[in-house]
Amino acid sequence: MALLRGRGYASVNYPTGMNLGGDPSQALIHATTMGGFVVSLSSVDLGQGLKTIAAQCAAETLGMPMDNVIVDTADTDTGPHCMGTFASRGTHRVGNAVIMAAREAREVMLQVAAEELEVDADDLETDGSGFVRLKGSPETKIHVQDIALAAHFKQGRTISGRGIFLKERSYPVPETGEMDPDSAQAHACTVAEVEVDDETGIVTVLSLHNAYEIGRALNPAMVTQQVEGGAWMGVSHAVFEATEPYYPSSRAHGPVDFCEYLMPGPAETPVQTSVILERPASNGPFGAKGIGEMTANAPIPAVANAIFDACGVRITVMPFTPESILRGLDELRDAEPSA
Amino acid sequence: MAKINEIDTEFFADERSSSFTVIGTPAQRSDALGHVTGKTEFFEDRAFPDLAHVKIHRSVHHHARIDSVDCSEALKVPGVLRVITHHDVPANWYLVLRLIGVEPHDEPVLAEDRVLYVGEPIVAVVADTEAAAIEGASRVKVSYTELPAVLDVEEALSPDAPVIKKDGTNYFVYEGHHARRIRFGDVEEGFAQADHVFEWRYSSAPIEHAPTETTGCIVVPQSGNRLLIHSNTQAAFFTLDNTALILDRPFTDLQVKGGTVGGGFGGKVDVIVEPLACIAATLTNRPVKFVYSREEEMQVSSPRAAERIYIKDGVMADGRIVARKVMLYVDSGAYSRHTPYGTTKAAAHLPGPYTIPNVHADCHCVYTNRTPSSAMRGFGVTIADFAIESQMDRIARALDIDPLELRLRNAYRDGDMKAHRKVASGTALIEVIQRAAALVGHDLPPEYLAMSSSTPREA
Amino acid sequence: MTVKIVNLKLNGVDKAFMARPETTLLLGLREQLGMMGAKRGCAQGACGSCTVLLDGSPVVSCLVPAVTVDGSTVGTVEGLSDGQVLSDVQQAFLDGFATQCGFCTPGMIMSAEALLERNPDPTTEEVQEAISGNVCRCTGYEPIITAILDAAARRRGTTAATTPETDEGPPPTTAYESSEGMRADV
Repeated sequence: MALLRGRGYASVNYPTGMNLGGDPSQALIHATTMGGFVVSLSSVDLGQGLKTIAAQCAAETLGMPMDNVIVDTADTDTGPHCMGTFASRGTHRVGNAVIMAAREAREVMLQVAAEELEVDADDLETDGSGFVRLKGSPETKIHVQDIALAAHFKQGRTISGRGIFLKERSYPVPETGEMDPDSAQAHACTVAEVEVDDETGIVTVLSLHNAYEIGRALNPAMVTQQVEGGAWMGVSHAVFEATEPYYPSSRAHGPVDFCEYLMPGPAETPVQTSVILERPASNGPFGAKGIGEMTANAPIPAVANAIFDACGVRITVMPFTPESILRGLDELRDAEPSA
Repeated sequence: MAKINEIDTEFFADERSSSFTVIGTPAQRSDALGHVTGKTEFFEDRAFPDLAHVKIHRSVHHHARIDSVDCSEALKVPGVLRVITHHDVPANWYLVLRLIGVEPHDEPVLAEDRVLYVGEPIVAVVADTEAAAIEGASRVKVSYTELPAVLDVEEALSPDAPVIKKDGTNYFVYEGHHARRIRFGDVEEGFAQADHVFEWRYSSAPIEHAPTETTGCIVVPQSGNRLLIHSNTQAAFFTLDNTALILDRPFTDLQVKGGTVGGGFGGKVDVIVEPLACIAATLTNRPVKFVYSREEEMQVSSPRAAERIYIKDGVMADGRIVARKVMLYVDSGAYSRHTPYGTTKAAAHLPGPYTIPNVHADCHCVYTNRTPSSAMRGFGVTIADFAIESQMDRIARALDIDPLELRLRNAYRDGDMKAHRKVASGTALIEVIQRAAALVGHDLPPEYLAMSSSTPREA
Repeated sequence: MTVKIVNLKLNGVDKAFMARPETTLLLGLREQLGMMGAKRGCAQGACGSCTVLLDGSPVVSCLVPAVTVDGSTVGTVEGLSDGQVLSDVQQAFLDGFATQCGFCTPGMIMSAEALLERNPDPTTEEVQEAISGNVCRCTGYEPIITAILDAAARRRGTTAATTPETDEGPPPTTAYESSEGMRADV
């Protein structure tokens, strides 16, 4: 009886968005009297951080600090349409819509500032700290608060913008499957190291080494959250999860709570080392691709391949239960020529 | 101290130059302060003194005819306000994908004369308290005549299987075809020229999203007959539009508020709780909460579809894959929900991130007598990747080729034509393999280190 | 049905609410007292989202009959901060990007607070044990474990740990402190 170690590899790609029904999202943005910018959306943050990404995209485009940006979502009375949060589309679609809206608002902001400063709007720039200033003459400047007040109470203008991203619907050709269903592809390669207990059949995933290509890391801390949390889910899918343990022959014994539906706990998480590559997508917000879904995928086959490397059992059914490992080991023993 | 993964700027250096102020910085999450102080408001984090609750009486059979439904005992439970049957649902038959023109409307909000899976909702009970609603739901009496059930995707497609769907086939029909097809090149010719042919089978069981917050909503009647829906839907307008169609009410009657969700992973894209909660709120003129119990979330809410995948590959002695044929069976369970869409997504993903000149795929969306599957993180792709990447490992071992070199040899590059006839661009499979190899000290020969996604492959 | 008045000291303040025999502490807190920090994740005692401190010990409040806590002290996530300064655990979760959807966070933080009260210098294994009843579906736990170790170091007034102690694998390639600190919700 032994603990057997093995290493497995997997490389994958993953589409950003899916436009087989048309795939739009919208954003509206307006300045408040004191120079705050409200980004109105109906998009949903599932925890991946869409609100933060929307604020970053707005702040970057406006040239304003993030503190000036308020994201108001998701109220269908006040927020414009969003298709929804799925298909690794949120950052890509909503980010693009916010950038478009913020560009329009920025243009008005600079025009209002130009009138206050009595200069040409084309000669103005933002400094990222809240000021609009004259290029090459940084002392000629005006704070966004004064710009907003002037727009509201003096010039009678709304500093606002509208944005939409739409990838038009693609209809698959029924005979051949020809279609254009996505906007970009992100990539991942995972190397998994496992330990298989040949007495119990238990697989312990020791480590995951990952390389991800994600277009652009808009927020590297949140990228780390997303890829490592997603890879954990992949490991969980690989070795634990099923709502039907006896699929497909029986529907019985389905788990009904977290004592029966197992996932790796805090002490069962593999060590993860990840490196991010950036190949900006031409159509992505600042080049970003969607990565919400992809990161769960490569660990599953990487673990399966590592199990084979460790003990010679080829697992072809998910999840990779101790029972399936033990049955595989038994088959290997039975196949051995008797001594 | 946040852990932040290294960004390796050596790769694609000429494509990624730019200067940003906010983008690319680890800006604090705007929601994190609310999370750590408990101030983040999820849909359920609001109290109404006269809140009513909805619970469901569900099918106990995989497949049965409903002979009668008796709600009289349920109505006698103290606190029970109403029972809701299919007669109370204005447009009972629906399909969430109807918003993008997908038909047929194959699922009833509440069962009429048949149930197709264990857990299918038959009667909704509205009560003053959650306990009374649970008690009421347990007192509903349904008498059934059991019908033969189909639980295996390939058995469901056999000619002698009972047809469980009213539309006449145990599979979704894709523009006249029994499967979503990919036809690219000529696989039979590819197999004929191949040095080796490998064929293996892979499969998976259904998987639960298991968000820590279960699916739910609170519907609050407003002045002017509007309904305000506090929901943890992943798609506010998708939920609003589908709910209005089921209620047969003007879209402007409804307002959805949400946007802060305790995990979704695709499980909160179905429109399941909102229509019944709206009906209950309308019938009782009270705020109504309908939230899944953990047991319902695990056994009744849509799982990630189970899949069965056969892959047959024609491979040359040097590892080049010249033909790949895939037969995919996606277990949709009793109803369509998002699975016909996920099956097409699977088709578009095949044959994986490799350039293979001959590809043939039939991707079947199959109905069986189990909980309907639907969207989940990576649907159509996650299980396919398990199969494809296991296949690659087995081929590498069979031909005694390094597993990463086999992948690099077949990796798709810019300008390659994919099997669904889209020209690849922005590819980076080669680079992630090279970088992962470096991470673990897996030596690659110079010619593999010199490969690049933006360099066209040699003919 | 007997309705009882339950008196308790909630986050240092005397409170009272009416409870039926089947009312749980979780529902009492949420529906009677309006304290929404503790979450209902399963109502089966298996996810830990409803964790609060009962007389200093962590409990899953969905399994505690409210009538049994009469006269007790109860601590919830709302009581950890005065709105100006966060507790060390809260600050460490914030700085460590240890939250994603945030639903498990209040329960996770209360389990961590209880751990650090009884053990100011826990090992990685003790942290893992302390939160083993708290389910997180988003993060993979690693940032949470790191944040709790960091909070322990902060409370002891020593340098914060950057990664959990572990026998496996190299440390992350880059790890540096987020300087953003507290930020108003945008």
